[in-house]
Amino acid sequence: MKDSTPSRVLLAHGSGGRLTQELVQQTFLPHLKNPILEVLSDSAVLPELPPGRPALTTDGFVVDPLVFPGGDLGYLSVVGTVNDLAMAGARPLWLTWALILEEGAPGDLIAICVEGAARAVDEAQVQIVAGDTKVVPRGKGDGVYAVTAGLGVVPPDRDLGDHRVSAGDAIIVSGPIGDHGATIMACRHGLGSDDLRSDCAPEASLVEAVFASGVEIHALHDPTRGGLLTQCHEVAVGTGLRLVLSEEAIPVRPQVRAVSEVLGLEVLSLACEGRVVAWVAGSHADAAVDAFRAHPSGREAVIIGSVQEREPGQVPVVLETLAGGERPLDLMSGTDLPRIC
Amino acid sequence: MTDAGLLHDRRAVAGVVRDIVAAAKELDREATFMEVCGTHTQAVAAAGLRRMLPDGVRLISGPGCPVCVTPVGYLDRALALAALADTVVCTFGDLMRVPSSTATLEQARADGARVEVVYSPRDALERARNAPGTRVVFLAVGFETTTPTIAAAVAEAEANDVPNFLILPGNKVIPPAMLALVQDEELNVDGFLLPGHVSVLTGWEAFRFLADDHHVPGVVVGFSPTDVLRGVLELLRQRRDGTATVENLYGRAVSPAGNLTAAELVDGFFEPADADWRGFGVIPCSGLTLRERYSNRDAGDIPVELPDPKEPVGCRCGEVLRGVIDPPECPLFDAGCLPSDPIGACMVSGEGTCSAWFRHERWRGEAR
Repeated sequence: MKDSTPSRVLLAHGSGGRLTQELVQQTFLPHLKNPILEVLSDSAVLPELPPGRPALTTDGFVVDPLVFPGGDLGYLSVVGTVNDLAMAGARPLWLTWALILEEGAPGDLIAICVEGAARAVDEAQVQIVAGDTKVVPRGKGDGVYAVTAGLGVVPPDRDLGDHRVSAGDAIIVSGPIGDHGATIMACRHGLGSDDLRSDCAPEASLVEAVFASGVEIHALHDPTRGGLLTQCHEVAVGTGLRLVLSEEAIPVRPQVRAVSEVLGLEVLSLACEGRVVAWVAGSHADAAVDAFRAHPSGREAVIIGSVQEREPGQVPVVLETLAGGERPLDLMSGTDLPRIC
Repeated sequence: MTDAGLLHDRRAVAGVVRDIVAAAKELDREATFMEVCGTHTQAVAAAGLRRMLPDGVRLISGPGCPVCVTPVGYLDRALALAALADTVVCTFGDLMRVPSSTATLEQARADGARVEVVYSPRDALERARNAPGTRVVFLAVGFETTTPTIAAAVAEAEANDVPNFLILPGNKVIPPAMLALVQDEELNVDGFLLPGHVSVLTGWEAFRFLADDHHVPGVVVGFSPTDVLRGVLELLRQRRDGTATVENLYGRAVSPAGNLTAAELVDGFFEPADADWRGFGVIPCSGLTLRERYSNRDAGDIPVELPDPKEPVGCRCGEVLRGVIDPPECPLFDAGCLPSDPIGACMVSGEGTCSAWFRHERWRGEAR
């Protein structure tokens, strides 16, 4: 396939003319083809939705570097969109995928992103049904940006959200945190190592498996930008409840901890792209962990904390530190968030 | 379990805390200890140690964050240099957002000033080597731990004949600041947790004068929670016994005399000078300036127009740095002064006292 991919992107690839057609036909379609997409009309006309409530999400992806251990912008963009749907309890179905290319961007890089997207589509069992390509002049972009929309359906019997979180809930994370953020930051600072790899992966089948086990799930979040800390803070503030997390229980790979220490990053704020944080009924906590662990993506799931009532004046999120102390976990208040997704 | 794991071990910490609680019962009045080093401040805050200490034992933070003690006048000069033709100012990232009398380096860069962030002085030297027509000024800020790398860059510039590499000397040394602290009447400190990393360079004997001349005990400690708490326990025991010695509990890294090779390197290029510290004013012999024969590399000699130095209105960084107040006592803390939009220097660096409190100790009035 490489032969037919242009060596580099020209402005004309975004003109809608012959070069655009070639790019679509020779670089995109061979990897992403499906009966809905290959019609190539102005709109994708979809089959009727399965029963339930439709869920719709959109996301932009500007990660730097475009290719990193464990993924690339294309893979990440599909995975990120699918996971956003899954966190609402939706079964992801269809995506749109638009690329904004910078003039001069290497064709190989575009091919890697397309192949990455195709791999993610395959893993997540979804379809890209509409797409678009634009090219901006050299210096006005950063290689490749991707913009997506995702459509899924929440099954009729499912009600998921922060409104269901209550005191007594257990908080579960599906695996070690911070792998993605640490990998990206390490790449940028030339600290990459063989054992550092983004956790980037679709989570929809894991979520379905946990639902199928029958445990009572109240809310799900994927700790992407801002990491576990931001997600927990938002839930605590939104619900008026107090979250108590155990530093000892929160799984962090040693190499991720090392990178965060070297670069002075708060490990709890590092992004994940393939983890789920679940709020489940306290009485179902152990069963939920078992259900997570029974799925290949959730083998390292653990309980990391619990939900309590919050008295007036109390801080929303408290971390029991490794040392046995306590500290309030607060938002970083706009600490520079680099382009991690 | 690794060494680091062991030092984090909750049981070990709990054991030391028990001993601290027992020792504190024998106190006749509150004991206040100062951790001098910003890395200790950060470690104490992140582990939640302050709240593990019993009533009557108080930990306050000192001036050990190099960015924080860099005075407004230094930043004014850096900004003026960055505005000169054919001049690039290179700096560690921390300094970018420290307010000067007029703007931050970050704001100045957005307005077109040539300011670049580097990770080491050698990056700045490389920059100079690659642009022979450009004057590259490195902002030489830091304590004993940073100065040797700057001396090494100057040495390399000399050896390889890179005349366009200059520095703006702002380096500081810790012991004279400690002397200023023990002489400060406003401050009542019963002992010091001495800076572990700086002591690797200076050796722990550099701090003996605290006990010998001023009867204030000190203890050099490492950076794990157990390290810090063992230091607190040692200071409490000395307080109880009325003794004052300087002890080294960080023997795995710190020797009596320190790193003599580094000292020699620094001494070859720098000599002691009076230096201005934010919060303290001028402290005799607390800074380093380039020796006369390297004065051609001193960007401080380049004539520039400077504004009248102006501290941010309402900011109490000076008192925070001297340990006179805790950050929440400043009216701007979490009320206009944030890590994302700092008004005072102590809110900028991750090791700044206000930043550490902001990130890890904002209990918002929740009782212990």
